[in-house]
Amino acid sequence: MEEYVLMKGNEAIAEAAIRAGTDGYFGYPITPQSEVLEYLTAARLHERTGMVVLQAESEVAAINMLYGGAGAGKKVLTTSSGPGISLMQEGISYMAGSELPCLIVNVVRGGPGLGTIQPAQSDYFQSTKGGGHGDYRLITLAPASVQEMADFVSLGFDLAFKYRNPVMILTDGALGQMMEKVKFKPQQPRSKKSPHWATTGKTPDRERIFITSLNLDPACQERFNIKLKAKYKEISEKEVRYEKIECDDADYLFVAYGTSSRICQKSIQLARNEGIKVGLFRPITLWPFPYKEIMEMTGQVKGMLSVEMSAGQMVEDVKLAVEAKVKVDHYGRMGGIVHSPEEIVKALKQKIIGG
Amino acid sequence: MAENAITTKELVKKENLVYQKTKLLTDDVMHYCPGCGHGTTHRLIAEIVEEMGIQSEIIGVAPVGCSVLMYNYMNFDMQEAAHGRAPAVATGIKRLLPEKYVFTYQGDGDLAAIGTGETIHACNRGENITMIFINNGIYGMTGGQMAPTTLIGMKSSTTPYGREVSLAGNPLNMTDLIVNLPGTYFVSRQSVHTPGNVRKAKKAIKKAFEYQSLNKGTCFVEVVSNCPAGWKMTPVESNKWLAENMLPFYPLGDLKVPEE
Repeated sequence: MEEYVLMKGNEAIAEAAIRAGTDGYFGYPITPQSEVLEYLTAARLHERTGMVVLQAESEVAAINMLYGGAGAGKKVLTTSSGPGISLMQEGISYMAGSELPCLIVNVVRGGPGLGTIQPAQSDYFQSTKGGGHGDYRLITLAPASVQEMADFVSLGFDLAFKYRNPVMILTDGALGQMMEKVKFKPQQPRSKKSPHWATTGKTPDRERIFITSLNLDPACQERFNIKLKAKYKEISEKEVRYEKIECDDADYLFVAYGTSSRICQKSIQLARNEGIKVGLFRPITLWPFPYKEIMEMTGQVKGMLSVEMSAGQMVEDVKLAVEAKVKVDHYGRMGGIVHSPEEIVKALKQKIIGG
Repeated sequence: MAENAITTKELVKKENLVYQKTKLLTDDVMHYCPGCGHGTTHRLIAEIVEEMGIQSEIIGVAPVGCSVLMYNYMNFDMQEAAHGRAPAVATGIKRLLPEKYVFTYQGDGDLAAIGTGETIHACNRGENITMIFINNGIYGMTGGQMAPTTLIGMKSSTTPYGREVSLAGNPLNMTDLIVNLPGTYFVSRQSVHTPGNVRKAKKAIKKAFEYQSLNKGTCFVEVVSNCPAGWKMTPVESNKWLAENMLPFYPLGDLKVPEE
């Protein structure tokens, strides 16, 4: 029986990756997530699973090492933060275009530019609306605890391989740095089997395999785009995940993910002490976004406040979801400042209840 | 006709066969321009893979550039990398499939401009991969723009009056640079502009694959090549120009050989 341990979110990702039977980690140091690489290089992996860990010369190189490893049919992982994730966008687009699975963790810090090393949620657009070039989607998971940081590693790999698509865990510097209790799954062995699409060497019993995202013939490219579109539709129908907290009697709703969703739980208590019945809708998958489930709440609540540590990004999806049936507004601190529960209640009163 | 001359009927008999297209090349019609060195170098790699009997153990990485479609011609597994990233892609493959042969095939823009960082670091880590570097001093695929290896005074569509150092900087001799890195095990510069050079190039490329199994570091072969279309010359003129202009700046020979 595995015991609870106390661990940083970043370390939990690293340990969970080993336990999930990850084959390779390629990454480049950046605050606030360098603990992942440090943990893995100290973990004496040759005595555990033989997982390959390599500090790349850049995030550009790291994501392309993932491309190679994923093309070889392996479970590959990288972690970074905003500026590094920006550098990876080309590679992510190529992986989506070549239908390669991988897991990418973005421990978000404030931006734009070099910004700050403090937590933020300002990379929502980058993760859910493309980031790289071309028509593709990135399955995006938003953990709200150290336990979910660990759990979403194996979930992320399952989704990546099921749909042959990159998956991102979009977390932030607070969840990466804070310590919490976490219970790990038992060690999974590394897979000895290769998927049928992987480049492992052409044996006489099969045709050669090449992995590419190039389609010079536009008709061919369009056929591929249509195939991708159908895949994304299937993911949208089957993989939406969310959590509802104190929503049964709610007149108002906070919509929040990650660190903000945890602060909102305290705000719910404060508001309810004042007689304001507010609940929390927490999207767990940011893409696919729970449009339908949020729409369903419009029959019950009078307004929604999208609480994010950004200038207002997810709020656009919340507005799309409710089709103007109820009032929707955004509240959030930025630049590495984390909003307080009291500030959120005040914003709910000003922007939604009184507004 | 001489008494002992072979008849056509005799000539096509199996026992009289002296050369045939390697089975490691597919029947796809190559898109390369007439006289281009890519086709020859592709054939050499395919022949070497066949001779070594490693079709089931090799994974190639194609670049972005004229040889982006290399995977159409090679009858073995390949991955097509983003522009310049082939050494990183190859690193990912080799680290996770260490028992396989992994190689990159890259042009000068890919390997020596946009992918300089990946090239230097893969070579410096001593990744146990083979890197084939086609240097024709020009961007062929995009229509003949200046490459990092374009010679001083050489005309291209972005140096229409010839490359001027004050404006466009110096040509980069990548192979001379990476030969100094401790991670490289075998470094050679060859060409395919004459039959003799084709044979020498094959020997060097074969060594670069054979040494890979020793796990002693990166094996790197530059192939100084031509671009008749980009250079606006006939194939014959381009080979002459290569010998007279490219080879003095990029001299042929082994730059680093393992101590026997």
